Amino acid sequence: MFKALLEYEFLQNAFLAAMITSIVGGIVGVIIVEKKLVMMTGGIAHTSYGGVGLGYLLGFEPIIGAFMFSIMAALGIGVIKNKSTGSKDIIIAMFWSLGMALGILFIGLTPGYPPMVSSYLFGNILSVTRFDLILMSILAVIILTLIFVFYQDWKAHLFDQQFTQIMRKKTNVLEYVLLILLALTVVVLIRVVGIILVIALLSVPASASSYLTGKLHLRMVYSMIFSFVFILSGLVVSYYTDISTGAVIVFAAVILYLLTWLYSRRLLYKENLKGE
Amino acid sequence: MRPLKIELNEISVNYGKIHALKNLNLTINEGDYIGIVGPNGGGKSTMMKSILGLIKPSKGKITYCGTSLKKSDIRMGYVPQISDINRMFPITVEEVVLSGRMSKEIRPFFKYSEEDKKAVEEVLDTVGLKKLKNRQINELSGGEFQKMIIARALTLKPDILLLDEPTAMVDVMSQRQIFSLIKKLSKDITIVLITHHVQMISKNVKKLIYLDRNIIAEGDPNQVYQYAYLRPVHQSIKKRVVGGAHV
Repeated sequence: MFKALLEYEFLQNAFLAAMITSIVGGIVGVIIVEKKLVMMTGGIAHTSYGGVGLGYLLGFEPIIGAFMFSIMAALGIGVIKNKSTGSKDIIIAMFWSLGMALGILFIGLTPGYPPMVSSYLFGNILSVTRFDLILMSILAVIILTLIFVFYQDWKAHLFDQQFTQIMRKKTNVLEYVLLILLALTVVVLIRVVGIILVIALLSVPASASSYLTGKLHLRMVYSMIFSFVFILSGLVVSYYTDISTGAVIVFAAVILYLLTWLYSRRLLYKENLKGE
Repeated sequence: MRPLKIELNEISVNYGKIHALKNLNLTINEGDYIGIVGPNGGGKSTMMKSILGLIKPSKGKITYCGTSLKKSDIRMGYVPQISDINRMFPITVEEVVLSGRMSKEIRPFFKYSEEDKKAVEEVLDTVGLKKLKNRQINELSGGEFQKMIIARALTLKPDILLLDEPTAMVDVMSQRQIFSLIKKLSKDITIVLITHHVQMISKNVKKLIYLDRNIIAEGDPNQVYQYAYLRPVHQSIKKRVVGGAHV
């Protein structure tokens, strides 16, 4: 496979996509897990399917449609959550199902043979194009810049939003920027892991890393490494078989999560023995 | 102590059809040490969050030295209920307390200065947590966690410190330490304290308020305690005896 990697452009694209996805997913995943935004991310990801459908219907790149719908979903959920007294879960569920419904509707209205949407739903790292890669790189640079430039503000905000509000910081700005970051991350991940499995790649590596370290920046590093290992395993299996990348990534992620959980239990058990 | 006057005029806060506060009037002056007691759901936390600007009252007005919160330069420190904060967040004690030194602007590449770090050391010394500054917060006991949150509020150099049940989920020894720390702080800072431990604070506070959507009783701590707590308890015991039940 290593020889093929040097030879074929689609494999080089896939490898670069794996790197970008694991860096972005690893870092943003920790934020999502700590801020308890997993379901929100799921809602944004599924709403983006409406954009994929619109792309096919109107004849533009489906990923651009996903990008537009993700941003609209993130801001829409944020605004409605802030202005209404309704449950956050219900608002997310509405966007979630409405996005999927719109996607099905738009694809149904598309003339000719129905398009192959499975790579958007379940991910196919081997089908990542140069255009996808350029878009992913631009979004990754925006996401990482926003996180690292304002790292201390994010840390305080993620730990205790109420406190930053009392300090008269513009918490609304931080909140909406965070939602936009989630939307951008979803777009970066869609081609690799698919709309349906995005939340797995964002939450599992971050949760697994929480068993290994108590430091925020180290959690991000571990989460990136785990993501890369998962995506690479998906890439290898997809290359040799015809199994969906997303499915392999999720299997690998869940297995490693269980292993880190068992490892943390073992450490705890040893500490308890020492204490006795 | 800087001059301070926070006035709550006819404040009402509604959550849908539920009235959390109804036409509440209260004045807080510099040097006050006010204890707020009352039943769960009586509007104590809502009142505190209204003062902090976290909740907008449905009716009424709050003024800070005669002006709005936005225009005033009052520094308010807040110690929320322990359940409001993620205790498993990956952050150290020092980092939490340092966050109290952040500016209100969102600044790129913000770094804490040596002066900030020195100020944090001093505050951690005041609350007795200097040795634990490099600990992760998930390794702290309930009492240590609350002291850390108090320290964070103190780094703001607040004119007023508002504490919402700082001794909830804390053992008795730590409760005593925290109340004794608050008493010490009350010499230099105006304090508003919500608690269910009425007996522990009744000797310390200058004024006790019994709040149940509105002020039911306020004034001398002992009298308010007698009026608000002992009277209904005696009444309920009497009722139960009359009803023939075991007491």
